[in-house]
Amino acid sequence: MKVSITVNGAPREAEVAPNTLLVELLRGSFGLTGTHVGCDTSQCGACTVRLDGKAVKSCTVLAAQAEGCEVTTIEGLGAPGALHPLQAAFQETHALQCGFCTPGMIMGALDLIESGERLDEASVRAGLDGNYCRCTGYHNIVRAVLLAAGANA
Amino acid sequence: MNAMIGQPVRRREDVRFITGRGRYTDDISLAGQGYAAFARSPYARARIVSIDTTGAKTTPGVVGVFTGADLTAAGIGALPCGWLVKSTDGSDMKVAPRPPLAATQVNFVGEPYAIVVGETLAAARAGVDALEADFEELEASANLASAMEGVQIHDGIERNLSFHWALGDAAAVDAAFARAKHLTTLTFANNRLIPNAIEPRACVAAYDAASDEITLYTTSQNPHLERLILAAFVGLAPEHKLRVVSPDVGGGFGSKIFVYPEETAAAWAARALNRPVKWTAERSESFLSDAHGRDHLTTAELALDDAGTFLGLRVRTRANLGAYLSTFGSSVPTYLYGTLLAGQYCTPAIHVEVDGVYTNTAPVDAYRGAGRPEATYVIERIVETAARELGVDPAELRRRNFIQPDQFPYETPVALVYDTGDYQQSLERAQKLADVAGFPARRAAAAAKGLRRGLGYSCYIEACGLAPSQLAISLGAGVGLYESGEIRVNPTGSVTVFTGSHSHGQGHETTFAQVVAGKFGIPIEQVEVVHGDTGRVEFGLGTYGSRSLAVGGSALVKSADKIIEKGRRISGHLMETAPDQVDFEDGVYKARGTNRRMTFGEVALAAYVPANFPEGLEPGLSEKTFYDPKNFTYPAGAHIAEVEVDPETGVVKVVAFTAVDDFGTVINPMIVEGQVHGGVAQGIGQALLELGAYDESGQLVTGSFMDYAMPRADDLPSFSVDTTVTPCTHNPLGAKGCGEAGAIGAPAAVMNAVTDALGVKDVAMPASPERVWRALRGA
Amino acid sequence: MQDFAYHRPRSIADAVSLRRSAADGSYLAGGMTLIPTLKQRLAAPSDLVDLGALGELAGVRLESGMMTIGAMTRHAVVAASQDARRAIPALAALAGQIGDAQVRNRGTIGGSVANSDPAADYPAAVIALGATIRTDRREIAADGYFRGLFETALEPGELIREIAFPVPARAAYRKFRHPASRYAVAGVFVADFGGSRVRVGVTGAGPCAFRWSALEHALSSALDPAAANGAPLDHGRFNSDLAASAEFRAQLVRVMAKRALESLSG
Repeated sequence: MKVSITVNGAPREAEVAPNTLLVELLRGSFGLTGTHVGCDTSQCGACTVRLDGKAVKSCTVLAAQAEGCEVTTIEGLGAPGALHPLQAAFQETHALQCGFCTPGMIMGALDLIESGERLDEASVRAGLDGNYCRCTGYHNIVRAVLLAAGANA
Repeated sequence: MNAMIGQPVRRREDVRFITGRGRYTDDISLAGQGYAAFARSPYARARIVSIDTTGAKTTPGVVGVFTGADLTAAGIGALPCGWLVKSTDGSDMKVAPRPPLAATQVNFVGEPYAIVVGETLAAARAGVDALEADFEELEASANLASAMEGVQIHDGIERNLSFHWALGDAAAVDAAFARAKHLTTLTFANNRLIPNAIEPRACVAAYDAASDEITLYTTSQNPHLERLILAAFVGLAPEHKLRVVSPDVGGGFGSKIFVYPEETAAAWAARALNRPVKWTAERSESFLSDAHGRDHLTTAELALDDAGTFLGLRVRTRANLGAYLSTFGSSVPTYLYGTLLAGQYCTPAIHVEVDGVYTNTAPVDAYRGAGRPEATYVIERIVETAARELGVDPAELRRRNFIQPDQFPYETPVALVYDTGDYQQSLERAQKLADVAGFPARRAAAAAKGLRRGLGYSCYIEACGLAPSQLAISLGAGVGLYESGEIRVNPTGSVTVFTGSHSHGQGHETTFAQVVAGKFGIPIEQVEVVHGDTGRVEFGLGTYGSRSLAVGGSALVKSADKIIEKGRRISGHLMETAPDQVDFEDGVYKARGTNRRMTFGEVALAAYVPANFPEGLEPGLSEKTFYDPKNFTYPAGAHIAEVEVDPETGVVKVVAFTAVDDFGTVINPMIVEGQVHGGVAQGIGQALLELGAYDESGQLVTGSFMDYAMPRADDLPSFSVDTTVTPCTHNPLGAKGCGEAGAIGAPAAVMNAVTDALGVKDVAMPASPERVWRALRGA
Repeated sequence: MQDFAYHRPRSIADAVSLRRSAADGSYLAGGMTLIPTLKQRLAAPSDLVDLGALGELAGVRLESGMMTIGAMTRHAVVAASQDARRAIPALAALAGQIGDAQVRNRGTIGGSVANSDPAADYPAAVIALGATIRTDRREIAADGYFRGLFETALEPGELIREIAFPVPARAAYRKFRHPASRYAVAGVFVADFGGSRVRVGVTGAGPCAFRWSALEHALSSALDPAAANGAPLDHGRFNSDLAASAEFRAQLVRVMAKRALESLSG
């Protein structure tokens, strides 16, 4: 079947099998390997992308379900030299080590900083419950999100 | 002086990671690649009666089906264990051969017995489904506690005992116990952990028929070691016909040190099929097939005199090896464990005995800390318990027994010589940071809310910077433990650094660049760090055991010094000054007593355009070093955990965690703090959340993130982290290593806090709500 | 994941008809349970009927003492709904505790209630509030709806349209989360409809959500949180696993109930 999706602002089309996952479409057909797969039970959040402006786990969405939707991946957020404030905050606060969870973490945290709610350490920690990081102990990720939230305010 | 040392330089590798430009193994796709899937044992122990591959081979899209028999026929050997441990009777450890694909018997759930390669992953999986394997299920021995009395797993290995190892002076310990005034005894388990780097293991293998060379991209912490083992022991390909590339790797924590069946079989299949083969683990495969960590049962006894002085320590441990000895599985519960049992204390007599036992479970090997967390847990739990039994402040009891700064170098009764340290200083700093003085008030405030608050210490030491090759080899290591570091100064003055260390989150591309840029006085942007490719880096032993900076970084310092020296000769010649009259400062060679100057870049160009060159000196500016340390390094520190327990639900919350560590010289404090954070999180995970659990039949009960509790952001507090510095005395950087400290120190600190809060002697890790609730009901 | 035919109907009638004509079809709502199940090949339906385009199934409305939530309403929408926060804040709060942030952006109330996972959150509220499950063909009362482990009163192919919750005077939900999955090990929803009429729904503990009638009875004389400590609670058929034995689950049910009741009067 054919799916038409707007990916990082550009319309894309692909021929997929119905059982193709969104993350498989992104990484495979579209070559957007910044979105990672860290588990098979929809827990780790490494595959988080934005679907119509909301963070979702792209390993738990069929490509077909994204028909007509707008998808934003880490590649669509900011580029070297033109980083999104959240990306910049991750570097500034050393909020990543191996970098594997990072794209999903950033795409998940984006919802938080755009929620308009007042963020503090507790709400950021609670809000990151859909993303695992095994390297950082989350300490600096929390700092990064708070920093970026402040920068946006 | 190196101006870059101590600077929190922002990481250069981050830009690619935060923009989705990282290149991990699964991101690599080669033209024409097939996809591999593995058939895995559903049984903990079974005889393979037959495997009928007909259905698999005729499955649409399947291009290759291979079993253990195929690999054996092709001369592929068993995966070796790289450290030979001897039993107390002098006999070698008993090794059960581990074929990459099981051929006659499977010995743990998830053990692979066939590889299927398909045009697509779906085809490969359908092929696996179409395999008809006939198993005769056998009784399994999956429980460590009963494994030595259980059914014998491997032919010729009685009582499932690979080795009975001991260290220390048993008679001295007996004598110490005979005159002791107080004896503290603890029996506990050090829980099995599953490493769970967020990137699953993966590989892509390609065979080039023209050069007869295999290129293996794989998630490895040590690609050269992988190549060496696959070439020398497994027989996959000659070493010079095998290139192993380990690109960006998404965390390892030890689990990616080892040579596994999957990449071995995939690489072999790539050659057999003459097309690239790719395999990426699903997380459920990772749970079953990655090497697990810890899993000890221990009884420890500490003898003290009236004054609370430690007289002797006796430790008996049964260590779970899993179904086979993994790459370094034998060294972890022996040399990386028993040698650390002196801790930070002047305990004069120590004796440890370890039974290394096979069970029908996944192999157990190094996981962050590897033996040292287990040793620290033994010491720091029993010291804290002794203090409580004696009614002495736990910090005070530790102080009384610390090795004092004037006692270094200090030889322990368990074979190590600590070079330097100041344990009192880190403890005091930690107490201040943690506001221990204010704890009684916080405890009372918690009690008023119906919560129980507890505080616990852990004063750990570790042996890192693995380490002197001759010593290690004399103790059974199959490889040396040096590291290589090569620096090539390009004609334009930029620098390419080749290190045998491997970064999978540690930030070497920044730290090593800082070291080298600082040495040469050039901007860090002019330094490129290359690692993780046997085709580019001459040799290396990789990254584990917190060794990279202390060993790999030291190799680079030595190479940099050689380059600076050569530059002195070149510039001296050009400035018509004797080399010993040339000073090198801030990137400039200066002829002493003159105003003649040459920049580092000018000297580099002169080295490659040797128009006017010193007699007998080779052109070029490139040096390498194989640095072999004289000793281990001994990072140490004091960790303090504060917890609150909800007595109604048994929930333990870590409300504060303080870590004061002595890592020697710190190059990049930002990165070092990050390493501590991550280690502490894994240590808290071990203490409160994580458990790799098998049932009696050998099925993994915690086989997914639905059951295996990984620490999330809201399970953890922010950490309070600081360092003290006593530089390592025997490497040029003075660095000791920081990668594992958190995971080593934290579990005991947390469990000391939990037992303090509950007023009980012990609770098993992980201190789950139910265990805590039951402990309180029993108290 | 096995192959299947994918359908994305534009009307409820088409959805039901597609599902009926499929050999072994399955509705796809948010997919937060179904897709992982398919990935693990624990299910292999011939057809998936995606309800994602049925806008008429999404939304929260409040009218005459009832709050009605369309089956395809995402958890995050319920959690943020002003109507829900005003009328039944405990229900909005419950929705905000399901799974994690990304799951809440996709998962739906209809999917949750149709699945009847023993550890799902919504069933506790459905039970405690005495909700009505409105399907393509009838209305089902909460009390007869949850039948057992992943078992409901729904007939094959029956499609939940919406769920109507009577608005109580006050309500509260307390949940003890599974440390790994974040499902409810024990979750208790208490709803006070005034006039000594209190209903208590329990999830996580048994094969499916259930009313804790003994506690309701005890509370009918006085709304005393301490009643949760003593009300009879048979844990003989409670779930028992690595996270909690049946006995500990019973303790957690009591504590969650007590804390929910305390927050009612707080």
